Amino acid sequence: MPSKKNQTLVTPVSAPEESVAPPPPDPVPPVQYECSLVCSFPPEYCEFGSSLTRCKEWLKETHENLYDKYYSEDALTSKVGTLSLEAQAKLEKDTAKKEAKAEAKADAALKKKLASQIIIKRIERNKRKHVTSVQGLEAFGVDLKKAAKQFSSKFATGSSVTKNLQGQDEIVVQGDVSDEIIEMIHDGVGVLKGIPADNVDLVEEKKKKGGD
Amino acid sequence: MFKKFSPSTDIAGQTPVKTSVQRGIRAAILSQWKIEPETLEALWPKKEGLVHVKCRDHVSIYSLHGEPLIIQHFDGPFYPTLRVLHKYPYILPKVGIDRGAIRYLLAGAPMMCPGLTSKGGWLPPAEEGLPAGSAVAIFAEGKDHAVGVGLLKLGTEEMRRVNKDVAVELATYLGDDLWAHKAL
Repeated sequence: MPSKKNQTLVTPVSAPEESVAPPPPDPVPPVQYECSLVCSFPPEYCEFGSSLTRCKEWLKETHENLYDKYYSEDALTSKVGTLSLEAQAKLEKDTAKKEAKAEAKADAALKKKLASQIIIKRIERNKRKHVTSVQGLEAFGVDLKKAAKQFSSKFATGSSVTKNLQGQDEIVVQGDVSDEIIEMIHDGVGVLKGIPADNVDLVEEKKKKGGD
Repeated sequence: MFKKFSPSTDIAGQTPVKTSVQRGIRAAILSQWKIEPETLEALWPKKEGLVHVKCRDHVSIYSLHGEPLIIQHFDGPFYPTLRVLHKYPYILPKVGIDRGAIRYLLAGAPMMCPGLTSKGGWLPPAEEGLPAGSAVAIFAEGKDHAVGVGLLKLGTEEMRRVNKDVAVELATYLGDDLWAHKAL
């Protein structure tokens, strides 16, 4: 069976004008393009996203030439394309409605964020020992695993992310570190950024098991 | 496929891919997509190992350094992720949908024949007709960038003739949850 080596020796004879090892063609470079920072789509699709007005402002500030290309007068008329007039009007109405809904949802989420509390519980485990439980950090966009690791390294004890009875995620830190946690949140160290001080609540809990 | 996808719940596991399997994938991609070996090398260097991300419903994503590159459902054809397709738009054959269908596609609906056969839609000419079951890049009327990647349910000639029912099933589209997660 002819080995690979024999085969490569044959080809230069049949194509004498090429050098023995023809240089490989250059790879085709990738198309560079930028996505809107607002809606993460390529700018031409911003009209189907949920924040057209903000996208347009952003595009005007950053890439004036692209803005003119997509939103200038003749670009808009040619965009209507093959849709009939009423279909186009309906499309515009639908996107405006979607945009309004997305804004309302963002507002509601923000309000909920401001109203939500972080509850720090100090639970008694044995007579001497306590655990501290921190609930409600996810409403502030904190990565729970990283926060748990941060707590455990700071306090040199164990900490973990668990699901409590309500189904919410909470961080449980061994030992009574509730005051230090409050301080860490106030200072905003590490992952605990941007949490206003008044949203923090300290609760003492006595986990009494039913008597025998 | 990625209409609702959240890495915390939908990813079953991430494993590095064996080199033998990688060679198989590389060969399959070179035959299925219209990509040059040098360009594939620039996108996915030979030395680098893919990570196989197993998702629910037998969906596999192959990623490089956390960035998803290839999608596969069961043992079906390999689809490039939309971000990869945007960088190299020619690797898949294209079909075009008209403007009215864009918003339905962006909501994850399968594309119906009339959206491709109407005046605004675009199908490849008869000589380059595509058979059913081929992966295609879906472009939209008047736009430069692809909107999605899909699988043809009917051949392009059949679509022109029958003009009814589903033409393209979506694998991934602009704005789905896979697009939202740039890294896994």
